[in-house]
Amino acid sequence: MIWTELDTWIVVTGALTAMACAVPGVFLLLNKQSMLGDAISHAVLPGLAIGFLVSGTRDPLPMLIGAVLAGLFTGVVSGVIERRGRVETGASLGVVFCSLFALGLILIRIAADHVDLDPGCVLYGALELAVIDSAAVPRIVWQSGAILLLNLALAAVFFKELQLAAFDPRFAKASGIPSGWIQQGLTIVTALTTVVAFESVGSILVIAMLIVPGATAMLLSRRVSGVLFWSLVVALCSAVLGHLLAISTAPAWLGWLTGRQDLGSLSSAGMMAASAGGIFFTLLAASRLVQRFLPALQKRTL
Amino acid sequence: MMESFWRVLLLQDHNTRVVMAGACLFGAAAGLAGTFLLLRKRSLLGDTLGHATLPGITLAFLLAETFGISPRSFLWLALGATISGVAGMGAVLLIRKTSRLKDDAALAIVLSVFFGAGIAMLSAIQQLPGGQAAGLERLIYGNPASMTSGDAWFVLLASLLVAGVCGFLFKEFTLLCFDEAYALTAGWPVRPLDALLMGLVVLVTIVGLQTVGILLVVALLVIPPAAARFWSDDLRAMALVAAAAGALSSLVGVVASALLPGLPTGALIVLSAALFFGVSLLIGKKRGLVIRLLLEREAGRRLRREHVLRAIFECAEDGQAVVTLEEVLAKRPWKKNELRSEIGQLADDGLLTTEPSGISFQLNGRGDSEARRLVRNHRLWEIYLLTHADVAPARVDRDADLIEHVLDQRLVDELEDLLDEKARERLVPGNPEKKLP
Repeated sequence: MIWTELDTWIVVTGALTAMACAVPGVFLLLNKQSMLGDAISHAVLPGLAIGFLVSGTRDPLPMLIGAVLAGLFTGVVSGVIERRGRVETGASLGVVFCSLFALGLILIRIAADHVDLDPGCVLYGALELAVIDSAAVPRIVWQSGAILLLNLALAAVFFKELQLAAFDPRFAKASGIPSGWIQQGLTIVTALTTVVAFESVGSILVIAMLIVPGATAMLLSRRVSGVLFWSLVVALCSAVLGHLLAISTAPAWLGWLTGRQDLGSLSSAGMMAASAGGIFFTLLAASRLVQRFLPALQKRTL
Repeated sequence: MMESFWRVLLLQDHNTRVVMAGACLFGAAAGLAGTFLLLRKRSLLGDTLGHATLPGITLAFLLAETFGISPRSFLWLALGATISGVAGMGAVLLIRKTSRLKDDAALAIVLSVFFGAGIAMLSAIQQLPGGQAAGLERLIYGNPASMTSGDAWFVLLASLLVAGVCGFLFKEFTLLCFDEAYALTAGWPVRPLDALLMGLVVLVTIVGLQTVGILLVVALLVIPPAAARFWSDDLRAMALVAAAAGALSSLVGVVASALLPGLPTGALIVLSAALFFGVSLLIGKKRGLVIRLLLEREAGRRLRREHVLRAIFECAEDGQAVVTLEEVLAKRPWKKNELRSEIGQLADDGLLTTEPSGISFQLNGRGDSEARRLVRNHRLWEIYLLTHADVAPARVDRDADLIEHVLDQRLVDELEDLLDEKARERLVPGNPEKKLP
């Protein structure tokens, strides 16, 4: 295994993005909106394409605006279909994001003559290419750091409101907290994080990091502040572990498993998502074991 | 253009026939299985399953050479997809059973983790020389045009199996969807039935890999049933509409993609389903927005009319038969114009006799008996709620024309006595029926 400066930047970017996603993710989890991240990351595709078609350049700003608007559109329209059409939550979300994703695939194909906007790149990300930058610190590192700081600041300022709106939206409303606006704000922040992040790391890492660190942290703590802290730790660990596996161990395992010698290194973003899952399932098993054997141990010490 | 259109539509190419039949069958099977999934509130399970098939597909691809199978064989890849799809479903159930996490979290975790692992392996395949990954791309984005007759036979058999099982176990699945607890206590094998239903969904997902791809397979499990819900409350009809909508969307999508070469077929199929959903949302016969708006308006109009009749009756009850507009206006907080037009409407319907000036009016025979009925019903309901408030109000249809239609005669007699009693105490106005000679 050869560790270069690029590897450092890949890990730093992955970790910053993962932690930036984990913050809104904890509140999505508490709101029972875990699939919103998946929905938004599919639905922003037409927004990206329209932003590009309208501006005609690969300037990130119009594409960013288009994608954030598409993300918001998903949240709002699925809410309308759910309430006015009386369709169940998951189904109304599914209807909207599937339709938008299909539209996005078609728009990208139409725009393909003008730009190298590859749906594959949007899905898997190209973390390995994104960190190649002439600057001392790649732009993408600043970008993901900024979004992490923004999310942390927002979570700190609105901590009480977010917590109340998640646990008891009616009480929140009765005590003068606009829980509807808090929810919309959470959707906007999720959309923004998704869009900024997946330009660099791909949507799969975003979907995973929105939910898996938070879910893992919920096995470790029962307080929202504790869950937030542990989710940041889990996000950091899965980024480091994921990249290490991707460049060294995983190709060897895969080669041994499939009997092939011609495999190169794996996608870091994919392995980061997979190792977050590994951490989650390990801790889930551990917590079950503790639950089963802790009473017996306690009895013996008594 | 026109010529190619007819060529496609009249199924003149063998290839078009195969592709179209396969896509339609898949659409119908997905609509059918999706109906139960929707009613079980598990629509997004299809999304998780679709994504969870990727690691199996990539692993099967990498292992193909070891087993001496062509890595392009759909059935071999489908086997891998099935195994990892079932594993993904198992993981969802495991998380649900062993942790405090909710369903949606379990779905999102399995989706992202499995897909992440799949992407990691796919990236290794993409680096292999000779562009071997192209065979997998068609399963991710869907490309029915690559379907061979062998694949079409597989789709046919799988779809028939799904339709057959759904038809044969229709009653059992319905019970599972609507009252799982009852099914359990009545001794139905709920767990095996649930597992069977999920197995059908896995099968549909595998079939859909080639048509719409793993990313959009959920669309055909969700959109046609959600659209069918706007057309019927009857589960049988809903399942049929969903199956037909799925087949039709696939048909339209395949035809459109034959006419617009270069555009992804899977996406076109999903967009036609989305179009059907939009139309259903607007003009669906049972729950569409338009029909609901009309019904709400009708109910509002009836309510206003009943309010006006009751107000006039209450004014007349105080003594004088001729009532002025001002008196009625004082009864409730309504607008003068609204009230005036409503009174005009009542006069046109022959329930009121208006003075030539239009300022005062009185109930005539028909209007009087109609108003009397309304007032009596209303007051009996008031008494009922005052005295029997412990009875669950949800079980009462207060819209019924006659209170006798809802409550039994003894209770109504009792209520009438109470009404007369209360009227003496002046808690509520008296019983209008008792004033009849």
